[in-house]
Amino acid sequence: MSRVRISTIVNGEPVEFLGGGGQSLLDALRDELRLTGSKEGCGTGDCGACSVVVDGRLVCSCLMLAPEAEGKRIETIEGMQEGSELHPLQRQFLEHAALQCGFCTPGLLVASKALLDRNPDPSETEVRYWLAGNMCRCTGYDKVVRAVLDAAAELRQERPR
Amino acid sequence: MSGVDYLSPTTIAEAVKALGQAGGGARLMAGGTDLLVQMRGGRAKPQTVIDIKRIPGLMDIRAEGGGFVIGAATSGAVLGEHAALRKAWPGIVEAANLIGSTQVQGRASLGGNLCNASPAADSVPALIAAAAVCIVEGSNGRREIPVEKVQISPGKMSLAPDEILIAFRLPPRPAKSGDAYLRLIPRTEMDIAVVGAGVSLTFDASGTCMAARVSVGAVAPTALLVEGAGMALVGSKLDEGALAKMDAAVAAACKPISDKRGTAEYRTKIACVLARRAALIARERAGA
Repeated sequence: MSRVRISTIVNGEPVEFLGGGGQSLLDALRDELRLTGSKEGCGTGDCGACSVVVDGRLVCSCLMLAPEAEGKRIETIEGMQEGSELHPLQRQFLEHAALQCGFCTPGLLVASKALLDRNPDPSETEVRYWLAGNMCRCTGYDKVVRAVLDAAAELRQERPR
Repeated sequence: MSGVDYLSPTTIAEAVKALGQAGGGARLMAGGTDLLVQMRGGRAKPQTVIDIKRIPGLMDIRAEGGGFVIGAATSGAVLGEHAALRKAWPGIVEAANLIGSTQVQGRASLGGNLCNASPAADSVPALIAAAAVCIVEGSNGRREIPVEKVQISPGKMSLAPDEILIAFRLPPRPAKSGDAYLRLIPRTEMDIAVVGAGVSLTFDASGTCMAARVSVGAVAPTALLVEGAGMALVGSKLDEGALAKMDAAVAAACKPISDKRGTAEYRTKIACVLARRAALIARERAGA
C-alpha cells in the first residue's frame, strides 16, 4: 500500500527506489538500497547510529521518512572512503582504537565528517558538543574525540587554508 | 508505520484541504523529530502524514515590518546560523538550539516544538517572552494568535482541526532590548527541561526597564506568560526589590507536578532562580 517512487542522489549517484509512505529513510537505505552501513540503534533519534547528511545537514535517518528524500542529496558512510583510500577520520579511528563493537562507528564518522566539513579546527569542547547525539556503549568517547582532533589536524595539513 | 500515506503539498491551500479531508486521520509533519518517535511507539497512528516543508515560506526567515517572520518548519540549525536573528533575538535562538542533538537540530522546528504541545518545550517560553505571534491558516482563512494562546493542555492546542501554523511573527526590536532563555536539566545536553524561563526586556537610556515579559515552562500544563513578573520589573533598574517581586509573581503562577525530574517545590524554587538569571542576562544583552 502507498509505495511511491523516490528519486534521490546517494553518495553522488542518482538512485531510484520504491519506498513506503511511512517507511524511514534508514529502512529504505538498508532494505531497498542495501546500504547497511547506517545502523539502527534506537529508532528514536537518541543514539545517532543512523546519522546521514541530507542536503548538507546532519540528521538521523530514522527520524526522516523515505519519501522526504525525493530530490535530495544524501551522503552515507558508504561514500566516505575515496576509492581504496580510507578517509583520514576512518584511519584515525583505527589508529586510536576508537571503536570496539563498531555499531556506533558509522554514525560517529558521518557526524564527525559533518563537523570537520564546516569547522576544520574545532576545539575539544566543540567536538564533544557536536557529537553529543552519538552514543557509544563500549569504547566511550575519549578515544573518539582524540581521533577526531587528530584527523582535523591531518586534514588541515593536507589542505592548508 | 507501514500503510501510511505521505503527502507533500506545495501550497498552504492544498495542505489545508488535505488536512480537512483526512478528518482527524492526518498529522502534519515539519521536522518529524517528535511525530516519527510517536508513530514508532504507537502513540500516534495517522493514516496520512502531511509534510509541510515543501510549501514556500515554511522553511525560511524573512525580515518583515521591522521584525522577522520565521517559517514554522525552519530547523534549529538554520535559526542558529542566521546572524541577524541571533543578534535581535538571542534568547529565542538559544532556546531553539537547546532542543536535542546536532542531528535533531538539523530537522526540529519552532512550529513542531509548539504544536507538540509539551509543557517542557524549550522554545515556547522564549517565544512567549518575545511576544511572538503565530500566523495560522485554515478553511476559514488566515488569523494571528499569540503564542501563549496556542497550547491549552499537554498535547492539546487551540487550533481548529484544519488549521495549520505557517509562521511566527516577531515584533520590531526597540533599542536597548535583550532576551534570554535558561533551562535546568541534570546534565549538559540532550535532556528535557525540568524548568525553563524566558525573559525579554527593553530599557530606556537611563537603564530603567520600560517593558518586560517573563514566561516559564515545565511548571504548569502549558508554558505560562507571567504578567505580574513582567510588571514587577517595569519602572525598575532590576534592583533587589523588583527581582523579589518578580520571584513572588513567578512562584504564585507555578502549578507544577512532582515527577522523576523534580518535585513541585523544587520546580517552583528553580523557576524563580532561572527567571532572575535570565532577566540579568537579558539586561546585559540589552546593553543597559
